Amino acid sequence: MTAASEALLRADAAGRRRAGLGAALRWLLLFAGGLAMVAPLAYMLATSLKYPFEVFNLNLVPEEPTLDNYREVLLDRRFGWWFFNSFLVASLTTVSNLFWDALVGYTLAKFRFRFRQVVFVAVLSTLMIPTEMLVIPWYLMSQQFGWLNSYWGIMFPGLMTAFGVFLMRQFFQTVPDDFLEAARIDGLNEFLIWWRVAMPLVRPALAALAIFVFLGNWTAFIWPLIVTNDQTMYTLPVGLTTFSVEQSVQWEMIMTGAAVSVLPTLVVFLVFQRFIIRGVVMAGLKG
Amino acid sequence: MTTLTLRDLVKDFGRTRVVDGIGLDVAAGEFIVLVGPSGCGKSTTLRMIAGLEEVTAGTIAIGGRVINDLEPKDRDIAMVFQNYAIYPHLTVRQNIGFGLYTQRLARAEKARRIEEAAAILGMGEFLERKPAALSGGQRQRVAIGRAMVRNPRVFLFDEPLSNLDAQLRTQMRIEIKKLHARLASTIVYVTHDQVEAMTLADRIVIMKEGRIQQVGSPAEVYHAPANSFVATFIGAPAMNLLPGTAAGGWVRLATGSEIAVATGAGGPVLLGIRPEDLRPAAAGGAALAGRVTVAEPLGPGTLLHVDLGGAEVIATGPGRGAPAPGATVGLAFDPAALHLFDAATGAAIR
Ligand SMILES: Nc1ncnc2c1ncn2[C@@H]1O[C@H](COP(=O)(O)OP(=O)(O)OP(=O)(O)O)[C@@H](O)[C@H]1O
Ligand SMILES: [Mg+2]
Repeated sequence: MTAASEALLRADAAGRRRAGLGAALRWLLLFAGGLAMVAPLAYMLATSLKYPFEVFNLNLVPEEPTLDNYREVLLDRRFGWWFFNSFLVASLTTVSNLFWDALVGYTLAKFRFRFRQVVFVAVLSTLMIPTEMLVIPWYLMSQQFGWLNSYWGIMFPGLMTAFGVFLMRQFFQTVPDDFLEAARIDGLNEFLIWWRVAMPLVRPALAALAIFVFLGNWTAFIWPLIVTNDQTMYTLPVGLTTFSVEQSVQWEMIMTGAAVSVLPTLVVFLVFQRFIIRGVVMAGLKG
Repeated sequence: MTTLTLRDLVKDFGRTRVVDGIGLDVAAGEFIVLVGPSGCGKSTTLRMIAGLEEVTAGTIAIGGRVINDLEPKDRDIAMVFQNYAIYPHLTVRQNIGFGLYTQRLARAEKARRIEEAAAILGMGEFLERKPAALSGGQRQRVAIGRAMVRNPRVFLFDEPLSNLDAQLRTQMRIEIKKLHARLASTIVYVTHDQVEAMTLADRIVIMKEGRIQQVGSPAEVYHAPANSFVATFIGAPAMNLLPGTAAGGWVRLATGSEIAVATGAGGPVLLGIRPEDLRPAAAGGAALAGRVTVAEPLGPGTLLHVDLGGAEVIATGPGRGAPAPGATVGLAFDPAALHLFDAATGAAIR
């Protein structure tokens, strides 16, 4: 058994012994928190099954449940496009981040070179600049390069992130040098050492980064809204806003679209979460 | 024939010199052990031989060819690390096969070499396992197998056993010794465990503060230490060193006793005698006498800490019926077992 899981078990046992009023209070708090988290999701699902007249009844079980909204959304050609666009953009961006963030993070963690610290601080400092400040320069740049209304235009600002570089650097720092030096003696070049040895050792971090980046891009709104104006280039969040026009907001349609768009994020989370848990188990292994 | 030659090897980290002019000739097939206290530059020396650390000055030659500027992979060496450095995401077979990564061999030949190495190490049945399902000793075997398949001219080991528990360490020590006999390969082995050094080495290199103190067979460094550092570093418990003044064939100790020695040297000295050469005797007539403060029974013998009145020494009593704490004992010794060191320089006086 690994040290980490042993510690967890021990903590668990200790917790049970002290079960009592404190525990009850903790559970109550957790329950309230859980409720607060789940309620919006429940309302989303409920509303997506309602007819428009029922939307403002705050009942969780629709009086006249219907799948009409789903039929309409799924048969809407545009919705298919948006879904595809979001999926493509989020997937490509995720792959790009996993590769580049890890490559730069590794270099910053494991190579000694002049100005290494300066580069690192420079990368970190970009975290302080909010997206809202950047969209105008991005837009002007896209316009001049002719990237408006293209996948590249939507993706380019996020292909590498300072956060990802930082995260990967921290994880690569925990990889013992022996692992890399052994490979160096065996004759692997520096790229292969990174790819074949270092990358598999930080799989949990890669999985976490994949989840962050995919979800971040799947739900990204401001920049895709600005850079696209052709409806077939919209991403899902942008597309869903077309259900609310000035005179009326079609809540049931928005909720249905949102419900459908939650599915891929759940899949991504479930798939990569397995890696994270496996990774924690592996990390307790000496050597 | 010499396999490995170090000449005036120097390594600086910034302004600190951690290896300070090492010279060593290692014969083909020889088992050399570098030993010394923590931080004395053993690993750094080994890493320079491996090509993992740049050489500040001096040369390293393998088979007569200077390799200072060669990449690690071109040096014909293999290295086993303290924490094994085997990869948790690969099977035993893949881990051992990593040693052949850049060698252009037919797939069948690679498989043959991997299986051969695994068989020699008794790991044949574990080839498809992941390291997580192996014991510490088995993991270290995988690391050794990975070095073996490369068929290197020189094996480098950096404290390969220090992560293992005492029992396993003893067992692996014997296996490494057998392996050396079987492969007849040249080995440079780093440890700070002097028992490991004594049992494994053809020759021991004792280092301190980046300098070699003595090179010699285990018997030589034990029975004829070149200086007081080597004398106390090799052997456990450490050799007793008693300060005194030599004159005309006698040493007058700080405790007042006078002891005849076989040298005409004069001046301040350290008189050395190993605990196993110092035995309890009748209190009257012995040159040394004192009160037992602590008795440590070890089974075959008993370590007696004896207060000589100002200096404490360790002597060895019998396993049964050793003097108890508080008893006053004399201490007898064979004059031939005495060592004498210059008090100022520590150098042995012969
Ligand atoms: N990369 C480095 N930068 C600066 N100093 C270093 C570096 N590597 C080692 N040193 C220093 O060099 C000295 C010798 O280190 P080395 O690792 O060779 O010691 P060692 O004899 O192997 O000790 P141990 O028995 O603890 O492994 C130590 O004082 C260490 O702090
Ligand atoms: Mg060391």
